[in-house]
Parts: sequence; structure tokens; C-alpha cells
Amino acid sequence: MESLIYLMQGFGTALDPANLMFAAVGVILGTAVGVLPGIGPALTVALLLPVTFKLDPGGSLIMFAGIYYGGMYGGSTTAILLNTPGESASVVTALEGNQMARRGRGGPALATAAIGSFVAALIATAGLAFFAPLLVKVAVKFGPWDYFGLMLIAFVTVSATFGSSPLRGLTSLGIGLWLGLIGIDQLTGQTRLSFGVPNLLDGIEVTTLAVGLFAIGEALFVASRHLFNDEKPMAIKGSIWMSREDWKRSWKPWLRGTAVGFPIGALPAGGAEIPTFMSYTMERKLSSKPEEFGKGAIEGVAGPEAANNASAAGTLVPLLTLGLPTSATAAVMLAGFQQYNLQPGPLLFVQHPALVWGLVASLFIANVMLLVLNLPLVGLWVRLLKIPLPWLYAGILVFACMGTIAANPSVIELMMLVGFGFLGFVMRRYDYPIAPVVVGLILGPMADSQLRRALQMSLGDPMILLQHPGSAIMIAIASIALLAPFFFRGLSKFRQDED
Amino acid sequence: MTYLHSKLVAAWLTAAVAVLPAALPAQAQDLELTITAPAGAGGGWDSAARSLQDVMMSTGAARSVQVINVPGAGGTVGLAQFVQSAEGSPNQMLVGGITMVGAIITNDAPYDLTKVTPIARLTGDPLVIVVPSSSPYKTMADLIEGIKKDVGRTIWAGGSAGGADHILAALVTQAAGEDPAKVNYVAYSGGGESLAAMLGGQVTAGVSGYGEWQGQIESGDLRALAISYPEPIEGIEAKPLKEQGYDIELVNWRGIFAGPGISDADKATLSAAVEKTVKSPEWQELIKARGWADYYASSDEFATFIATETDRVHAILSSIGLAQ
Repeated sequence: MESLIYLMQGFGTALDPANLMFAAVGVILGTAVGVLPGIGPALTVALLLPVTFKLDPGGSLIMFAGIYYGGMYGGSTTAILLNTPGESASVVTALEGNQMARRGRGGPALATAAIGSFVAALIATAGLAFFAPLLVKVAVKFGPWDYFGLMLIAFVTVSATFGSSPLRGLTSLGIGLWLGLIGIDQLTGQTRLSFGVPNLLDGIEVTTLAVGLFAIGEALFVASRHLFNDEKPMAIKGSIWMSREDWKRSWKPWLRGTAVGFPIGALPAGGAEIPTFMSYTMERKLSSKPEEFGKGAIEGVAGPEAANNASAAGTLVPLLTLGLPTSATAAVMLAGFQQYNLQPGPLLFVQHPALVWGLVASLFIANVMLLVLNLPLVGLWVRLLKIPLPWLYAGILVFACMGTIAANPSVIELMMLVGFGFLGFVMRRYDYPIAPVVVGLILGPMADSQLRRALQMSLGDPMILLQHPGSAIMIAIASIALLAPFFFRGLSKFRQDED
Repeated sequence: MTYLHSKLVAAWLTAAVAVLPAALPAQAQDLELTITAPAGAGGGWDSAARSLQDVMMSTGAARSVQVINVPGAGGTVGLAQFVQSAEGSPNQMLVGGITMVGAIITNDAPYDLTKVTPIARLTGDPLVIVVPSSSPYKTMADLIEGIKKDVGRTIWAGGSAGGADHILAALVTQAAGEDPAKVNYVAYSGGGESLAAMLGGQVTAGVSGYGEWQGQIESGDLRALAISYPEPIEGIEAKPLKEQGYDIELVNWRGIFAGPGISDADKATLSAAVEKTVKSPEWQELIKARGWADYYASSDEFATFIATETDRVHAILSSIGLAQ
């Protein structure tokens, strides 16, 4: 109950007109940078750090949190409308979201993303307020072996979910894992597969791969089909708002997405990618209309978007309780804390309760502001879809290239973008799923380092993976999920043979 | 948005600025500088560059300063780009530090720090050696005993392979009389991730910049055994390794460089501008807030320092098998 009293005082701090203004500036800036590819929330906060040095710490941290949440909202907009995920966390949103938009249901897609994000962030922020100290005790116990088990589950579910067969999914995942090997190995500092190109030393940028495969590949594919087919404009069908059925199909995914996103986001190496992919897989399995997946199922937007925002709140758990930044934005926010000589960590809640609870309260307020800001914008955004296809895709190409150049000004980066575009085109043409490639690139290097860390700690004994109950259970789940379909298929074949 | 926007445009234009010839030897107060931070937003080099930007502009040491981030490979990507674009340029500078020295050696990078012009050494932070609060090791001597008993089971956590943290772990192992090549060092991408491993009790000991773990040390979640700075530091309880009888010193320094082949006049102008900044009360206040220590050295002194530091780092990295 003590927490509740603090939270009320926090609302007192956050509702201070100056702080309200900081929160408003934060969410508007955040939404703007989320929509523009290339400048993510991390860079924005870094750019603003010197500006805010003279301001009061509470106000500017509240603004940074607004930017963080706003960026999470904004990133989904381009993913849905333009199939151009601005950051890795909105890759999954592009899958169903863009399909919905192309079928004239861009409005409901944006609305379910906005409301789902709101619901998820609200619940997750409450979780942050009440369970942070508890959750963090569990989170630090998560060893490299456990992370490896979690990654295996992600690999298996992703390759089994996407694509017309598990083999195609695994092939795509393999391409991603191979791309993930490129660059400096984190554990030994040695370079792998960089062929002497300095830009490859740090590996392939996830957004370059995602934008290349999704946006450029899509544009090429549409252009190639266009020679034979008549142009089909993406008119808006029905209401731009969510129908009663949309609501009915959305609310459960929102809650499930939150339940997956928040705890994984709170893990020190959890991130936003695993929960979004897991939520997508889960919704596809649980949906009453699984045949709609890949053709614009609203559950596939609602769940991952909720997971994405819940994990954003989750990353604040280790930041505020341990001083442990688990995302780029959280790292910059940590620098922000240090700038005011505040050391986030176990003492922050004790030494600066007004600041921490003010921040938590303003997260609630930022959420309300985001909803108010974003819902009216839906009507405006969907008008983008009325642009004739050739113009729209030309615009997407420009947008994709500009974003890549803004994030990493180099010619090699642009060449990679185009190369991945062709890869995406070929994969589409031969019906290979694209998302597992991105998952392989993001999680491959993590799985690699975590496995080798585990082995390093056990002095090379692989049994360590089975000695810890957490990792043993997760590896078992992953193995069953991978092998069970083959086994049952074999079994039924066997029976048929007997007949 | 206008602020952001102008920054972005500035970033795009930097390439164009780089090819503009150096027409006039500028006066200090109307210097228009671009500082390259060879790391992503939020890291040590990025905050050093942005702090410098802030103070140079507020003290009038320069009229305008832009910071651009060129992340990658321990700073060697940024260094390579800087060497190519800043040749003879009077208004471009690069931030770097000991991690870059290590990365140049381990990555066998195409350019090293002899290609750029040292302007000043700015800050130097102590590294700290810690154990989890539940650890049986109470002192540095206990840890050394543990290393002697089983060097392989003494698991270290710290930042990237070949960086300052790794070097310190190797030096301590060496001081315990063991082969530094045997150090069981688990590399993490930053102080945050290795902190989780420390708090989760998955490793024996950890190394990081003192500032990164200050909160956990003060709250008692981590026990600081020693710092790597040569002298005791006010406000830090842990004693230097030297004072505890181990002949080890390692400072996580950061400095600033100008492009290759700049004229003596330009070098003097830049050095004067940086010196003015570093000597200002604003800078002293800022580095204190950030938990950094002043480690200023002028251009010539810094150049000699880099030469000896490079040899030393090379020798250690060779001994742990990360360099030829």
C-alpha cells in the first residue's frame, strides 16, 4: 500500500503544468521520430541530452520517457502503412498490418495498434510500479544457459510459424543466422566473414536488412507483377475505425501480448523482438481464423503491438531498480540520470522516491496523451494509402534509402540495402518467408554468445544446459515443438501404410 | 523538431563539409567544429563528445560544434572514416581512448592512432574490480589466492574482448603468477549486461568503469576490492592496486584528435580551444557530475603517452593471444 501512496504523490509531481508540458513535448517528438525511419528514440534522447542539462532532472526524464513510449507508437505506423519497419520491434507488425492496409483495413490496423499499445503500456506500467523490485530478483537469476533456451524456443516457433512449410522457415532462418555471423565476434574480438570491408565489422544493421527485405523487396515484387496485372488501388473499405468484431478479436491478443512482453522486456537481455514474435506465433495458434494469417489478421497486429509496448515498460524495471540499461534508449536514459548525478540502482527508489514515482506516474499520463494524439491521426495516415501504387512505392523507395543513409551515412550501407531488396524479391518470388531471416540476424549472434558464455563458465561441459532447470525445460519445449509435427506425420503415415 | 532537424541536416552535410578546402586559419572564437564520436549514442565516447560540444559552445571556445556518430568495431570504423575525410581539415576532431588502442591491435585495423594528430588527453577513469556481495572473497589478496588455486574457475565478467576491462583481468592474473593466456574472461557488450551476470552470481569477479557500477557498490550489492588508478581517489573507498602491493595501473582514458597532416597553426588553434574548454569551471563541474576524472595532457605530452600506451597494450594483448 506504501507504493500506492507514493504513486499518488507521483501523480502530484507529474500533473505539475511544467512536467505535463515536458511529457507532451516528449510524446510528440517520440511519435515523430518513430514515424521517420533512421532516427530512433535512442538517437533523439542522445541529441536532447545536452539541451536538457540546464533543465530540472524530473522534467527532462519525464520527457525522455515520453519519447521512448512515443517512438514505440510511431514505429508501428510506417510498418503498417508502408511495410517499412523503422525498428526491429515493429517488424512483426508489418507482417499482418501491411496486409490489412493493402486490403483497405489500414484504419482498424492503426487503431488496434494504438489502443493495444495503450492497454499494454498501462498494465505494464502498473506492473512496473508494483512488481519491479520482485521481478528484478528473478530476472538477474537468468543465466546465459536460460537465454540460450529462450532463443531456441524463438527459433523453432518462428520457423514453424512462418512460411508454407517448416523446411522453408528453417531455410530462411538459416540465411539469417549466417548473416548474423558477419562481424566482430563479441567473445574473442576476432572478425568473421567481413572480407576486409570495415563497414561489416560491426555486423549487418537490423533495420537495413528489415527495410531491404520488406520495403524494397516488396516494391520490386509489386513492380514485377505490375507488368501483367492491372493496378489495384488500396481503397479504404468500410469504416476506418474498428468494428465490433475487430474489438472482439483484439482484446484477448492485447492482454496476451502484454503478458508475454512485460516479463521478457524485464529480462536483462530480453529485448522487444522475442516477445513480438512469440505473441504473433501464439495468436496464430489460438486464432479462430488461422487461415486469415498472412492475409491481414487483426490479431497479428494487436498481439505483437501490445507485446512491443509492454516490453518497453519492462526494460524500465532493470533500469530503475538495478541501473541496468537493456535497450539503446534505456542506455541513453541512464546517461541522462548520470548527468544529474543520479545513480539509477537499488538506492534510487530510496534516495529519490519523488523522482521515480513522478516518472512512473508520467508514464501513465504519457500513455493517455499518446492515445489522444494518435487516434485522430489514424484518419490522416490512411489517406496516404489513396496515393496511386507506383507513386506510393516510389515514395517508399525514397523513404527507405533516406532512412538508411540518415542512420548510417555510407555507400556500402546503401548497397547492402539494395542487395537485401533483391534477396527479398527472390524469396517472395519462390515463396520463402522473410521474417525468419530478420529473427536469425537479431537472435543468432545473441544465441551464439550466450551459448559460448555458458560453456565458458562450465569450462566446456555442455551438460550445464541441462543442469539448470530453466534451460532444461526450455530446451525440451523447443525440441518437442520442432520434432512433434514430423513425428505425428510419420505416425499417421505409418498407420495409413498398415491399412 | 527544428533543433533535431538542423542536427540531421548537419549530419548529412558533414561529408560535404569534409571536402571543403581549409580557406582561412580560423580565430578560436569563430571555430565551427565537427566532432566524430566513433560509437553509438549513449556510450562513453558519445557522451565525451557531447559534453565537449556543450562546454565549448557555452564557454565560447568555439562558435558551433556538431557531433556525428560513426559507430563500429571499438571505434576503428569511425577512425578509418575520419582519417580519410579529415586530412588537413582545421575544423574536424575525433574522440578516442584506450579501447580504440586495443581494438586497432585486435582487429588489425587499416589505420592506427599515428595517422591522426593528438590534440589533448581529456579524462581518465579508474576501473574497479568487484565481486558479488555473496562472494567469499573479502579482499584483493583473497581473489589473488583464488586465481592461484584455480585460474580457469575464476570467471571474470567485463566489457568487450581486448578492451580495457579484459586487459586489467589479464594483468591481475599475471600478478597472481599465472599465465595471463589462461584468464577465463567472459565478454559482455557493456557494463549493464555484465552487471546482471555479477548480481546473478554467475561469475567470480567483474571489471568495469567505476562510475558504471557506483550505485551497486554504494548499496552493497557489489564489493569493490580495488581500483586501477595509480593514486587514491577522493570519494572512492576502494584502494588502488598499487597501494595494495600489486604493480598494476590502468586508466580508462579518453582524448581528442584532429585529422592527419594539419598545419601547425591549425593545430595550435584547436589545442588552444580545447585547453580553454578543459580549464573552464563549466568543464570541471560537468566531469564531476558525470563521475569522470580530469586527466588533461597537452598535445605533445599526449602524443608520447599514446606511443607508450600502444606498446604496453600490444604486449598484454599478445600475452593473452589476441594480437600477434
